[in-house]
Amino acid sequence: MRKNSVFTLLLGAFLSLPAFADEVVVYSARIEQLIKPMFDAYTKETGVQVKFITDKEGPLMERLKAEGANTPADMLITVDAGNLWHAANEGLLRPVASKTLEANVPAHLRDPQNHWFGLSVRARTIVFNTQKLKPSDLSTYEDLADPKWKGRLCMRTSKKVYNQSLVAMLIAEHGEAKAEQIVRGWVANLATDTFPDDTKMMEAIAAGQCDVGMGNTYYYGRLMEKKPALPLALFWPNQQGSGVHVNISGAGIAKHAKHEKEAIRLLEWLSSAKAQNMFADVNMEYPANPGVKADPAVAKWGDFKHNPINVAKAGELQAAAVKLMDRAGYK
Amino acid sequence: MNPASTAPIATAPLPGAFARFRPDGWRLIAFGVAVLVVVPLLVVFSSLLSPEEEIWAHLAEHVLPGLLLNTFWLVLGVAAGTVVLGVSLAWLAAVCEFPGRRFFAWAMLLPMALPAYVSAFVFVGLLDFTGPVQTWLREIFGANIWFPRIRSTGGVIAVMSLTLYPYVYLLAKNAFATQGKRALEAAQSLGHSRVSGFFRVALPMARPWIAGGMMLALMETLADFGTVSVFNYDTFTTAIYKAWFGLFSLSAASQLASLLIVIVFAVLLVEQLSRSRMRYTQAGKHAQDKDRIVLTRGAARLASVYCTLVLGVAFLIPVAQLALWSWQVFGQDFDSRYLEFLWHSLALSGIAALLTAACALLLAYAKRYHRDPWTAGAVRIATLGYALPGPVLAVGIFVALAWLDNFLAANLKEHLRIETGLLLQGTLLVMLPAYLVRFLAAGYHPVDSAMQRLTRSIDEASRSLGVGGMTMLRRVHLPVLRGGLLTGLVLVFMDVMKEMPITLMTRPFGWDTLAVRIFEMTSEGEWERAALPAVALVAAGLIPIFFVARHADIQR
Repeated sequence: MRKNSVFTLLLGAFLSLPAFADEVVVYSARIEQLIKPMFDAYTKETGVQVKFITDKEGPLMERLKAEGANTPADMLITVDAGNLWHAANEGLLRPVASKTLEANVPAHLRDPQNHWFGLSVRARTIVFNTQKLKPSDLSTYEDLADPKWKGRLCMRTSKKVYNQSLVAMLIAEHGEAKAEQIVRGWVANLATDTFPDDTKMMEAIAAGQCDVGMGNTYYYGRLMEKKPALPLALFWPNQQGSGVHVNISGAGIAKHAKHEKEAIRLLEWLSSAKAQNMFADVNMEYPANPGVKADPAVAKWGDFKHNPINVAKAGELQAAAVKLMDRAGYK
Repeated sequence: MNPASTAPIATAPLPGAFARFRPDGWRLIAFGVAVLVVVPLLVVFSSLLSPEEEIWAHLAEHVLPGLLLNTFWLVLGVAAGTVVLGVSLAWLAAVCEFPGRRFFAWAMLLPMALPAYVSAFVFVGLLDFTGPVQTWLREIFGANIWFPRIRSTGGVIAVMSLTLYPYVYLLAKNAFATQGKRALEAAQSLGHSRVSGFFRVALPMARPWIAGGMMLALMETLADFGTVSVFNYDTFTTAIYKAWFGLFSLSAASQLASLLIVIVFAVLLVEQLSRSRMRYTQAGKHAQDKDRIVLTRGAARLASVYCTLVLGVAFLIPVAQLALWSWQVFGQDFDSRYLEFLWHSLALSGIAALLTAACALLLAYAKRYHRDPWTAGAVRIATLGYALPGPVLAVGIFVALAWLDNFLAANLKEHLRIETGLLLQGTLLVMLPAYLVRFLAAGYHPVDSAMQRLTRSIDEASRSLGVGGMTMLRRVHLPVLRGGLLTGLVLVFMDVMKEMPITLMTRPFGWDTLAVRIFEMTSEGEWERAALPAVALVAAGLIPIFFVARHADIQR
């Protein structure tokens, strides 16, 4: 008898507790401060607890794989389409048939087989120094490969998935040979070594180390909020052609989800009008739901045409893009 | 039962006794720990079974040549940098007397409390084109002023040496302090000058300690990704990450990591063989204050300036910058949860440090009592986890434990009809062994170096005086090993505090630490906001450093 109670005590300290009915377990590559406010609001509204753990995409997916059928995870959230595509490809996600999700998330921002859905849009566009350039000097991503930009271009490292997606889209549009030519052109135009992050790159553009670069809009938004006087502006490229390259932060339901219904309900809620602003605005991103307006601070950068290619292409062609950038000497 | 447990020295096999493989007490422990480490390594190595020829061909042609060269220069540079800084500072602190020595003796450890990638970010931020230093220079001297590039081979070597030298410093100081001035005096009595005495006698006598510290710094360098990525300086780890995150091939990444393990293992073996014939003893008592070399006024001033300079650059400047950033985000980010983060960090680091140091001690004893290649090999393998990039090892550990977990769940379901789900996942039963696998080297090297001083003759003398068994361990061994053990404890404690990938992957739900907090901020590029948890991490790191400082009277 007494032995038993000691055993139970030890069990409690060293063993995981079983899953509860009214909860959803989320593995998230989107960081805590960008998801917790939504989950808190959801719990308040529905009473359903959301348990989550954050990590990088790669380890989270390996974790799902290793745990197999016993995984506690119901949902996977990432900050780019490439990794969601990869998770679906590895059989870690299950397709979801939901009229709500199909209505809330435009077709090019979700998996054609409905394994995952975009929840916010991240636009990678051109950033320029307003003291050195006029918007009329700029036109397309491809144009930045022109020799007239020699020594005037700044870029973030090719190791960041945002650039890998951008190049993947170039491959989708132009084919590998032409895309490689463009990337080689960019590399030839670099004013200095590539930067470890978008913010540093934008600061370099503002300081005059170069004139122009490509970055995600929310980095620009954050930087300008802190230093409004910087001579920086956004430019929407390829508006006559295919449109601005967009990626998503999105989610899918785990193949072995224990709370499938609850998880789908959470996903639907995240794509709904009332959650979309919270999800996007907390990081100055664009809502994925076209019926929802962007935060005023974001909306003032102006409207632009999205590239309508399905973001799944970014995943499909990511490995090819990485190899291409290696060949082109883009570090 | 076994005579080895009461009179181990007498029955210990001689070096090179390959054939006489007998498992007994100490050795079984060494094998047990080695197995624990080997399992995740095997998971990593198992990738070799699924060749990724296409990826290898690509990497070999376009990526690896440049990276290997980069890695070579980095390793060489950091080796030189950490040894020069660590040994010179250790010599000053342990053997010389100059104003401020007592303060510097422990303060020189402080850079260890700063994660290297945080220092890197601060320095790149300060010294790059857009940073305040260059901006200011441009304002005064015009736009075309020349400034050395910080994001360069030299820059990354400098920053890494400044953050990693404490490994060498801590171990070398321990060696110099116990070796005392006497060795130098003996050399001088044989006609050496003080300088040549240092290089010909003091330095070679401290070699296992210096080499141990340097190996730790180099293993950390080889496994590093955060620091080099701030500099965008591509090393071998970059290729590993590229294969995994860019080309979606964990197996190619693991194959590259396996290669890294093999290289490190070879280096460890060479290092071990090159000093296997040497014997090290202790010069009786620890150095007393009166035994110190009192520097002349000029030299003393120079020594103070040198220590201040290193401490300023390696610690005060980055911490000042972090404090400034923290101040700016304090109102926005600080909340009561920080107490929880702090508590989790301290508890995890504390338990992991104790566990790891205990295992390190057992391993060191096993190696002492069994001088056969099997035990030595097991010990070497047990300490390999330190050289692997964290995320790769984290996956190896996780895959192994998830397998066990799934196995348990399946059996409980089948035989006892209990639906348990995963039992071990997200508990200390996963986290602590994972930290042990990762950081055993950091605990082991200092203890092993100290163990070199426990010569066989000490045991023999002790027994001939009627002191044996536990009494001998307590009264003879412990005082000699104490410094090494403390050093190992502190190193592991600090390492676990700063560790990210294993913590991220194995922590229980909601169990965030300060390092996890840093990850949350930096992964979206918000370095300024990462300053707050970083400062908290440094503050928490002061606890073990003060602890060692207090006990420095014993091991000074």
